[in-house]
Amino acid sequence: MTTNDRRAEQRPVPGGSVEFDADVLVIGGGPAGTWAAVSAAERGARVVLADKGFCGTSGATAAAGTGVWYVDPDPALREAAMANREKLGGHLQDRRWMARVLDQTYQDGNRLAAWGYPYPVDDSGKSQRNSLQGPEYMRLMRKRTKQASVTILDHSTALELLVDDDGAVAGASGVRRQKHDRWTVRAKAVVIATGGCAFLSKTLGSNVLTGDGYLMAAEVGAEFSSMEFSNAYAISPAFGSVTKTLFYGWATFSYEDGSVVPGAASKGGRSAIARALLQGPVYARLDKADGNVQRDMRASQPNFFLPFDRTGIDPFSERFPVTLRLEGTVRGTGGLRIVDDSCATSVPGLYAAGDAATRELICGGFTGGGSHNAAWAMSSGTWAGRGAADYARQLGPARQRRLASAGTVAFRSRSNRPLEPAVLARAVQDEVYPYELNYFRHASRLDGALARLDAAWVDVSAADAASKDDLLRARESAAMLATSRWMYRSARARNESRGMHRRDDYPDQDDRQRHYVTSGGLDEVWTAVRPHADASYAEAAE
Amino acid sequence: MIEVIDAERCTSCDICVNVCPTNVFDKTDGIPVIARQSDCQTCFLCELYCPEDALYVAPHADTPCPTDVVALRETAALGSYRRAVGWTDQTRDLRGIDRSYLLFGH
Repeated sequence: MTTNDRRAEQRPVPGGSVEFDADVLVIGGGPAGTWAAVSAAERGARVVLADKGFCGTSGATAAAGTGVWYVDPDPALREAAMANREKLGGHLQDRRWMARVLDQTYQDGNRLAAWGYPYPVDDSGKSQRNSLQGPEYMRLMRKRTKQASVTILDHSTALELLVDDDGAVAGASGVRRQKHDRWTVRAKAVVIATGGCAFLSKTLGSNVLTGDGYLMAAEVGAEFSSMEFSNAYAISPAFGSVTKTLFYGWATFSYEDGSVVPGAASKGGRSAIARALLQGPVYARLDKADGNVQRDMRASQPNFFLPFDRTGIDPFSERFPVTLRLEGTVRGTGGLRIVDDSCATSVPGLYAAGDAATRELICGGFTGGGSHNAAWAMSSGTWAGRGAADYARQLGPARQRRLASAGTVAFRSRSNRPLEPAVLARAVQDEVYPYELNYFRHASRLDGALARLDAAWVDVSAADAASKDDLLRARESAAMLATSRWMYRSARARNESRGMHRRDDYPDQDDRQRHYVTSGGLDEVWTAVRPHADASYAEAAE
Repeated sequence: MIEVIDAERCTSCDICVNVCPTNVFDKTDGIPVIARQSDCQTCFLCELYCPEDALYVAPHADTPCPTDVVALRETAALGSYRRAVGWTDQTRDLRGIDRSYLLFGH
C-alpha cells in the first residue's frame, strides 16, 4: 500500500464546499486529537482531522506548558504515583486504568523524544520527560500528523454528526470559517476530541473549548459521566489570561488592606481564595520563591511572565490582583462516558478522547495540574484512534450508506424567533461563573439555576434556525447550555462533597456514594448511578 | 488581546491569519487586519508564530488596551516571547531548558 492510498479521498462537489471519504474522522486537533489521528493512520486507516481553529495552536495545551504523568516503569514509583492522588480524587479512580495510562504515557512520551521533542537533560545527564512546552509539543504533533498522511482541515468547525439508518455514527459536517462554506466527511468511525467546556472564560487557550463535541454526541444519544466534577477554577492575574496554578504554590494571598487571607493557597486552599473574592479583591505575591525558583520558573514557563513584564509588575516583590477563572470540564473530570478499553462511547462508531472523554478512570473527581490530563490525552487519544481504525476495518469496504444529519438546536426552523448566541452565552455564564453557584454548591441554588437553564433550553429549542453567519456561535452557546445542565443535574444527584464537587448542604464525603453519576439527554436531562469498579468486583465475588 | 500589527515589519505572509485558533485576523490585499479583536483569547500564539516580530498581544484579556506601536518599538517587547521560548535562531538553545521537573511536588 503506498502512502497515497491511505489518504482520505476528496470528492468533487458543486458550490464551493468540500467532501471527503475517510475511514476515521477525528474532530479536534489538540493533543488527544493528534494522537488519535496518528494512531488511526498507523493502523492503516484513511484519516481526516478537523479543527475549529488551527491544529497546532488550538486548545488548552498549545498555549500553555503542562506536566505529564510520565513515571518510569519501576513498580514502587508506579504504585506511589497511583496512590498519591486517590484521596484527592475521592477514591473514584480505577487502578487498572491508571496502570494502563501510565504504560501508554510512558510509551508516547518516549516516542516524542524519538520524534525530536527537546526534552531537558538534568545535571546527572538524565532526560526529564514529565513536562511539555505547549507550543513546541503541538507544533511537533501537527508535523507528525501531516507526516502520517492525515488530511488536516483547519478552521473547520464541526457542527453536527452524520448517522446511518441504524443510528451508527458515520461522519460529520461543519463550516469552513475562513472560506465561508461547508465541509462534509463521510467516515466509518468518528473520534470526538473537542476538549472540555470552559464557557468562554478566557482561561488560557480555552475559548475554542465550548463543549461542541458534547452537544454533537448527545444528539446521537451518547452518555456522560462525572459531569458534577466540572467546577475547576484557575488562578490568574485579575486582568490576564495566563493560568499557571503550580507557580502560585509560592504565593502569599492578601486582602486589599494587605492582611493575609487565612487558609488561602493554590493547592488545598483555593476555596479560601474564592470566599475572599466574594467579599472583595484578592492580591498575590510570589514571595516564597527564592532566586533559584524564580530562575527555574522563567526558564520553564516564559508565558507566565508576559502579563507581568508587559505591565511592569515584579510578581515576586509586588502584589497584583488575582481572580479565579472557570475551567469547567477542561480541568474537571467529567465528559463522554467510555465503555471499553478502546475508548468507545455508548454509541456505535463514536469514540472519545482527551478532555472530551471522562477522566474519572484515572482522576476520580479531582485533577490538579495538567499532569494527569496530558497523560490521559495521549493515552486515550492513542487508544481511540486505534479503536476507531479497527472498527472501520471491521465494517469492511465502503458501502453506500444513507446518511442523515443529527443536528438539532440552531438547525431547525421553528418560531421565527431568532436564537441570539451572545445573549445565550452570557445567560449560561451567569449561571456557571459565580462561585456561590458553582464553586460552593447547594441544592436550593442549583435548583434555581437549573430552572433558569431548563427554561433557556426550551426557548432555544423553539428558536428559529441560526443564520449562516451565526450558526457557529449559536451551536457553541447551545453546547455551553447543554453542558451546564448535565453539570448541575449531576451535581444535584451527588448529595455529598467529593473530589472538586463541594456541597454546602452536604459538606462531608459519604462512603455510600462512592459511585459514578451518568447523565445525558437534551430536552429531558437525566441522571443515573453506576457502581465503582471495586463495588462491581465485590458484588461478583459474593 | 492582540493590539498591534506593525506595518513596518509585517510582510503580509498571513501566517497569523492561519494560526490564530480563534480566527481573529482577516487577510486583505495588503497586511492582515485585526477583524474580530473581541474574539482574541490572549494566548500569545500569533506573536510566537510571527517570523517578523510584527505582532504585539497586550496581556489584558477582557478589555482592549490601545498600544502605540512607535513607543513599543523603543522597548524589547516585540518578539520577546518568541525569543524567550527559543523560536529564534539566536535563542534556539532555550527550547530545551524547561526546569519544571525541579518545581513539581512543591
